[in-house]
Amino acid sequence: MTALKPAETEHRGAGAEAEPGDVGRPRPAEGRARARRRLGPGTPIPAGFLIGPLLLLGIWFLGSAQGWIDPRFLPAPWTIAQTAAELISSGRLGADLLVSAQRFAIGLVFGVAAGVALALVSGLSRIGEAIVDGPVQIKRSIPNLALLPLLLLWFGIDERMKIITIALGVLIPIYIHTHNGLRSIDSRYAELSETVRLGHGAFIGRVILPGALPGFLLGMRFAVTSAWLSLVVVEQVNATNGIGYMMQLAGSYGQTDVIIVGLVLYGLLGLISDGIVRIVQRRALSWRRTLED
Amino acid sequence: MATHTRGLTETTSVRTRGLTRSFEGRAVLDGLDLEVEPGEFVVLLGRSGSGKSTLLRALAGLDDGVAGSGEIDVPEQISVVFQDSRLLPWQRVLTNVVLGLRGGGARTKGREALAEVGLAGRERAWPGRLSGGEQQRVALARSLVREPQLLLADEPFGALDALTRIRMHGLLRALHERHRPAIVLVTHDVDEAVVLADRVLVLDAGRIGTELRIDIEAPRDPSDPRFAAIRTELLAALGVGGPRSDEEAA
Ligand SMILES: Nc1ncnc2c1ncn2[C@@H]1O[C@H](COP(=O)(O)OP(=O)(O)OP(=O)(O)O)[C@@H](O)[C@H]1O
Ligand SMILES: [Mg+2]
Repeated sequence: MTALKPAETEHRGAGAEAEPGDVGRPRPAEGRARARRRLGPGTPIPAGFLIGPLLLLGIWFLGSAQGWIDPRFLPAPWTIAQTAAELISSGRLGADLLVSAQRFAIGLVFGVAAGVALALVSGLSRIGEAIVDGPVQIKRSIPNLALLPLLLLWFGIDERMKIITIALGVLIPIYIHTHNGLRSIDSRYAELSETVRLGHGAFIGRVILPGALPGFLLGMRFAVTSAWLSLVVVEQVNATNGIGYMMQLAGSYGQTDVIIVGLVLYGLLGLISDGIVRIVQRRALSWRRTLED
Repeated sequence: MATHTRGLTETTSVRTRGLTRSFEGRAVLDGLDLEVEPGEFVVLLGRSGSGKSTLLRALAGLDDGVAGSGEIDVPEQISVVFQDSRLLPWQRVLTNVVLGLRGGGARTKGREALAEVGLAGRERAWPGRLSGGEQQRVALARSLVREPQLLLADEPFGALDALTRIRMHGLLRALHERHRPAIVLVTHDVDEAVVLADRVLVLDAGRIGTELRIDIEAPRDPSDPRFAAIRTELLAALGVGGPRSDEEAA
């Protein structure tokens, strides 16, 4: 954890980099005129994350309006908007979106629950670690998508297979980061807990779990990304509804605009869910002073 | 393994007999005998590596698995102040103070303790946002709120600047006056020892080497000749040969 002072005051005179004999003596004027260089990235730009995407959007607009971009290759933004409006008004988009969001949410919930449970078993007891950690590490080294043929054979092509695939992808980052969070809690806090005679339950509740929360939330960000990734794959491999299915169908009819609508949707959903996790992170970890503040 | 008894005697708060602790076959504490009266403020000096922390950890019962023997009698209620304030960064100040405290009114007592160390109104602050001195004051509040019969402190002000340290000395003395726990405090700083202690012990070769009772009335003034004499004596016991001019000038 890095703690940098916020740039609230101007620092003058003898700072950390002053010469030994320099203490207390005011700096010459030129030292004051030049602002002290900060090692952090600087103050955040309001809504700065939007600048890059808006720039790309501008280029796309301009390229389409000027005819530089072949519409069969990449339709104009307004064509996409029109297609999206049609898909929405016909109700197709809403139905597919709902199905996809449901798969995502259910897979995420199961994956997180399993990941946290395994991390607790393995993080709180040595015997648990001996049993759980190995298999999870093995699973981790097998790409989720490589399991797909097997999962298809075992669970068929129905909803169950899709949710299991998503949950398996979610489980790994949740487990890894939560387990790491649990294990990297400073042992000095355990010593402190002994001296104040904290009970076992209170030790877990007050020290261990809150201490592992940053790790869990980091895992959560990876988990959300992983869940969308798995969703895309299972919906394109074998589905009769959902955004992925809509895109796959559009692909076989050469409807580039529908494919793009699907892509934009995936992107938006990914952004929104990551944003939610970030907000939770910010609120739950307000005790931390990090470079992000 | 040493016997470690918790239970208060009338006339002594801490008593060790033949306390021995060794690491890798080397005895760091070697048959150490120590007695501390209830309410007595004892400061432990000693060269680096002389075993001060080892002794304190033994008294606190924090040295499971360390080879050793001897008897330890300590009171039921012990608080420890560490060199780092050791506050849980993810709990607010008040929660840190009352950590592990049972029974109703814990938070009220915690608030009072915070007010005593001059931190009223900071109950809901995050420890990471406090200065080093403030963090150490929270740690003091956390130890006092348990009404300890024995307070163990290992270089509690070691990480603080000189000015903050002087303030903390005043605070600790005042708190000691009010609550009268027995205190065993470890420090490197001879002046700190003379300012604070009823009795100074110098740890040497695994035992108490030199022992000095300090009867100068508070507030103790480092420019007092008696202060200087005790300082010189302690420095000599620590093996810092002869009076040093910079120490004398202080
Ligand atoms: N856990 C340990 N394992 C091995 N050796 C140890 C351990 N703890 C302490 N020692 C050794 O015991 C000796 C005394 O250590 P201790 O920490 O008690 O010294 P100290 O008087 O507190 O020193 P300082 O003033 O530097 O804090 C040292 O030589 C140290 O290396
Ligand atoms: Mg020490």
